[in-house]
Amino acid sequence: MVVDRRARIGLRVLALAYLAALLLVPVAVVFYRTFEHGFGFVWDSITTPAAVHAFWLTLEIALIAVPLNTVLGVITAMALVRSRLRGKVVLQTIIDLPFAISPVVIGLALVLVYGRNGWFGGWFADHGIQIIFAVPGMVLATIFVCLPFVVREVEPVLREIGDEQEQAAATLGASRWQTFSRITLPAIRYGIAYGVVLSMARAIGEFGAVSVVSGKIAGETDTLTLLVENRYQNFDVAGAYAASALLALIALATLLLMLRLRPRKDQA
Amino acid sequence: MSLGIATLWLSVIVLIPLAAVVAKSTDGGLGAFWDAVTNRQAIASLRLTLTMSIGVAAINAAAGTLVAWVLVRDRFRGRGFINALIDLPFALPTIVAGITLLALYGPNGPLGVNVVATRWAILMALLFVTLPFVVRSVQPVLMELDREMEEAAVSLGASSATVFRRIVLPNLVPAILSGAALAFARAVGEFGSIVLIAGNIPFKTEVASVFIFGRIESDAVISAAAVSVVLLLLSLVVLVAIRSLGRLGHGGDAADGR
Repeated sequence: MVVDRRARIGLRVLALAYLAALLLVPVAVVFYRTFEHGFGFVWDSITTPAAVHAFWLTLEIALIAVPLNTVLGVITAMALVRSRLRGKVVLQTIIDLPFAISPVVIGLALVLVYGRNGWFGGWFADHGIQIIFAVPGMVLATIFVCLPFVVREVEPVLREIGDEQEQAAATLGASRWQTFSRITLPAIRYGIAYGVVLSMARAIGEFGAVSVVSGKIAGETDTLTLLVENRYQNFDVAGAYAASALLALIALATLLLMLRLRPRKDQA
Repeated sequence: MSLGIATLWLSVIVLIPLAAVVAKSTDGGLGAFWDAVTNRQAIASLRLTLTMSIGVAAINAAAGTLVAWVLVRDRFRGRGFINALIDLPFALPTIVAGITLLALYGPNGPLGVNVVATRWAILMALLFVTLPFVVRSVQPVLMELDREMEEAAVSLGASSATVFRRIVLPNLVPAILSGAALAFARAVGEFGSIVLIAGNIPFKTEVASVFIFGRIESDAVISAAAVSVVLLLLSLVVLVAIRSLGRLGHGGDAADGR
């Protein structure tokens, strides 16, 4: 569109001002506030036993939830693209639900199934397995919120590549596993990688759902995001900023990975 | 076989828990469900959530389109950086988004304004976390738009405003609507970015998700489940709407989901 110079610059300034007020300046202020007491202070704050525990717990939960979601996400995407079935619309909607449901509702749902008085909670309790207010519940919550990412990244790629090569391989005598590992997997690998990056970011950053099922047992079920809230509520603002800055750095790393993977993913 | 595994997986992780919420909400009979949903505090939180989410969707429709236009059609230094920055709200944990806004617009902020415990705080938090939706749905459409039509219109004497209104905008409408619908859905359920900054004052700054959280904490599970069902229905309606919009927009291809 041919827009005269003044209008163009006016629109640019307006857009950049909006982004600055909402995004850029607040993030800059958080980093400034975090490091105004020096790097040593921040380091001490994120290496307290509680913080270190929260860091490892966050990682542990993500490293269970994301691989599970990846394998089952690829299977689900294959089912959606390669099988002929009515009612796929229903499956599609179910897959999108975790994007649209409030994290608090997700947490509540898990409590109602696996909690002390929940549908299956009693059975698990009888067998000595505690799920809610413990790590398994937090893993389930994380799986729930991250469920759509890998499916949604892999599905369009599968649709794009079609199944001619797979059928050719099958005709030439390849087993189903050989077809998958030699033909399908290489074609969808960047889609998977992109989905994994998005899932990791969401898993590390999830707050609401995990908060409901964690029981907030200090030093036991605190993840990094719960630690941020915990510190802020206890008037340890500097500590909350330090933990936030750590999470923000993880987010920035995610962003860089997304930038590097996107062109390759779109080429596939 | 993969279909069976997929169905089982989705049932265990998503469907059974959500069924438990629906079942719990009517545990005390339909009367109790109705009482819980029409409880004054619940109604106030639902109304606040709805008005805020509609406002956020509308602001995003305008601001997101503007940002997308500037990123696609304008040329300036740092454009690549700004483009990458748009995804930051998706990558940043919601609780950090809340802390971030508190640092600038909270007590002791460098600007001397304090939005904590006002509805402005909720609006800002929601705008922050929903920023990418409209931008990222409009951007690709704008990139693929045929410039010849616009040039023809200009050579026939149309002003920039006319070209935008009559040629560019109609092409963008499906993308703007689906982006705004996603932003709406996200805003309805948002919790993490709001909880620290909104003050959560009943009848004033308590959104539905915070209300549900409070009910869970005080063991009023039936009431929590009842309001959750209302939110669930809202999510479903929006998702179905987005799917039909997606079909409008890219000729039968399903919506991307983000």
